[in-house]
Amino acid sequence: MAGSNSSFLKGRYSAEKRFKLYGVFAVSLALGAVIFLLFTIFSTGYSAFWRTEFQVEIQFNGDYLGITQESSDQEVREANFLGLFRKNLAEQNNDVPRRELRKLFAMFSESAADDLREMVITNRSILGTTQKLKVLASSSVDMIVKGQAPREIEEKRRVLNDFQLGLLDRWTAEGRRSSSFNHRFFTNGDSRSPELAGLGGAIAGSFWTLMVCLILSFPMGVAAAIYLEEYAPKNRLTEIIEVNINNLAAVPSIIFGLLGLAVILNFFGLPRSTPLVGGIVLSLMTLPTIIIACRASLKAVPPSIREGALAMGASKMQTILHHVLPLAMPGTLTGTIIGLAQALGETAPLLMIGMFAFVVDIPAGPLESATALPVQVYLWAESSERGYVELTAAGIMMILIFMALMNSFAIILRKKFERRW
Amino acid sequence: MLAALTASLVALPLQARDTIQIVGSSTVYPFATVVAEKLGKKTGKTPVIESTGTGGGMKLFCAGLGTGHPDFTNASRAIKSSEKKLCASNGVTDIIEIIVGNDGIAFANSASANRMNFTPLQLWTAMAEHGPKPSTWKEVDSSLPDMPIRIMAPPPTSGTRDAWNSLIMKTGCKKAGKYDELGKKKCNSFREDVAVEEAGENDTLIVKRLAADPQYFGIFGFSFLDQNRDQIQGSTINGVEISLDNIKSYKYPISRPLFFYAKKAHVGVIPGMREYMNEFVSDSAVGEYGYLMDRGLVPLETSTLSKVRSNVKNLNPISM
Repeated sequence: MAGSNSSFLKGRYSAEKRFKLYGVFAVSLALGAVIFLLFTIFSTGYSAFWRTEFQVEIQFNGDYLGITQESSDQEVREANFLGLFRKNLAEQNNDVPRRELRKLFAMFSESAADDLREMVITNRSILGTTQKLKVLASSSVDMIVKGQAPREIEEKRRVLNDFQLGLLDRWTAEGRRSSSFNHRFFTNGDSRSPELAGLGGAIAGSFWTLMVCLILSFPMGVAAAIYLEEYAPKNRLTEIIEVNINNLAAVPSIIFGLLGLAVILNFFGLPRSTPLVGGIVLSLMTLPTIIIACRASLKAVPPSIREGALAMGASKMQTILHHVLPLAMPGTLTGTIIGLAQALGETAPLLMIGMFAFVVDIPAGPLESATALPVQVYLWAESSERGYVELTAAGIMMILIFMALMNSFAIILRKKFERRW
Repeated sequence: MLAALTASLVALPLQARDTIQIVGSSTVYPFATVVAEKLGKKTGKTPVIESTGTGGGMKLFCAGLGTGHPDFTNASRAIKSSEKKLCASNGVTDIIEIIVGNDGIAFANSASANRMNFTPLQLWTAMAEHGPKPSTWKEVDSSLPDMPIRIMAPPPTSGTRDAWNSLIMKTGCKKAGKYDELGKKKCNSFREDVAVEEAGENDTLIVKRLAADPQYFGIFGFSFLDQNRDQIQGSTINGVEISLDNIKSYKYPISRPLFFYAKKAHVGVIPGMREYMNEFVSDSAVGEYGYLMDRGLVPLETSTLSKVRSNVKNLNPISM
């Protein structure tokens, strides 16, 4: 009797232990997956934050360019800076045979000429002088330096040929190679040269999209929540509305994209590829989140507050605007920020309305063509050039950072301002 | 910022577009974007390019005239007569066709595997739905290795698939003596078992898969092969290697021209359209040593190029 009882107990204990272990296993599996994901992203992407450069002496020969100190900006813009740059390179490397010059030029980014031009536009007195400059290397060089393209394979399969590899090693030995922080990653728009491509345009695009989304969905969401919570009679109609708001929150986002395409673009004729349309579509997505969050926080305000205000002679509107809504605001804002963070990571609806596009110019307002952060990452992931691999990972890092910032802001808001009764 | 937002919203109805809008083929996209970027550096307004696929681009392009519709569409095949009809019914009557260069379609595998040679007949036999459906290459032809057939193919919406169909599937089907019996549609359909897998438009993914598994073959444009030479190699077709020269001369059997189409009615209304066309056919872009050649575009024969240039100069529309 006693024996069977103890074995029964033992069985119960081990069942208990197994049950706990399943949970530990599930948690560690999920955690392991996240750590693996973060590790692969960071280890691929961190190198995108620096770029290889070469030191080059440039003689700003005004006669060659056909400009003087007094030339207008327009004249400077039209001058042949690419020619100047290549002439300088060819003269300094006069041991390089003519037929190899193209390979020499290909060591540098196409942006070199534009950088020289900008220097002259901001400072004319540089004309006639000789400057030691750091010039951005091409993406192929960068890939070899970072070890992302293999060196030890036969020449025709390598991104640099033997001659270029020789140059690279010589310049490295001479101390002319350096690397610097890749500020272009944050200031430039998209580019078809990986070494010049940046997230600046996508960040601006996402910013305008979220602004439009916020301006549309926040007032509408709060107004809807106040009406439903404080004014609406409890009847069949409001019940249906309520159920549908909850359903709306679960609708796949691509549906909103199709709606945007059919109604906003084709029917109302708003311009394609713009943050305005993107924001409208995404606001449909964030609206239910905001309404639900706002209603929950309105519900959490104790009736004694309302009754107190009413007892002091406040009207219903005054009660809501002066007492109930301010107390519900922290919760509402938290919901709004989380809704916007979701919208920031949304790609599918934007594909439908033409924001899946090559946009170089940084949008200055919601009516200019733009992409958004996740769309930019997808565009890079599809590009054939090797240099986009690290950019893709770095882009994902930036999205994760923005998300983390927004979510922690929401947590701080909640912790600091939310009142509990 | 709020002020900027409201100001631009108020200005909405008056807005005239000053940026060129381009849609169309994902094969032409890598070249068009480079040209757009060059133009943007000169004029300050970079055209916006959406990669929608050839068919999707035509649909948008032919939807009408005016700032709400794109100015150019890229295409990896010539415009179809059904698309011309759609254009005409929406008032898009004067369309300029610009051939920008050639592209070869690679049938590639991992660089660590053996390099192979195929004929269109062998490829059709391996891939066709209405063929013998062999499971290994050796069953296709005893000269080929004893290796399971694994091919990643482009989806039906892509221009690359269209070209593959007309250049490989059709030819192979004819060689097999099945064309009269099966007809074009049945000849072109791919088998739907493990041997042939539709991979979507994501060529980067195909390249990764090929590099990881030497059994796999993939089908994509020459520029992808060119950019990933350290990982993958193109098979020879009929003994002809996929290379710039062989594509240019159409010796390589799966070569095709690439196009873009312009709306004549938009030229002069949307600023920069003429400049964009001129840049695309300029020597610095598509000449023998042009910058698009670095990206894997194969140059046109000189005679074709000069014809294209005169079309651009005189804005000659195609016959509808």
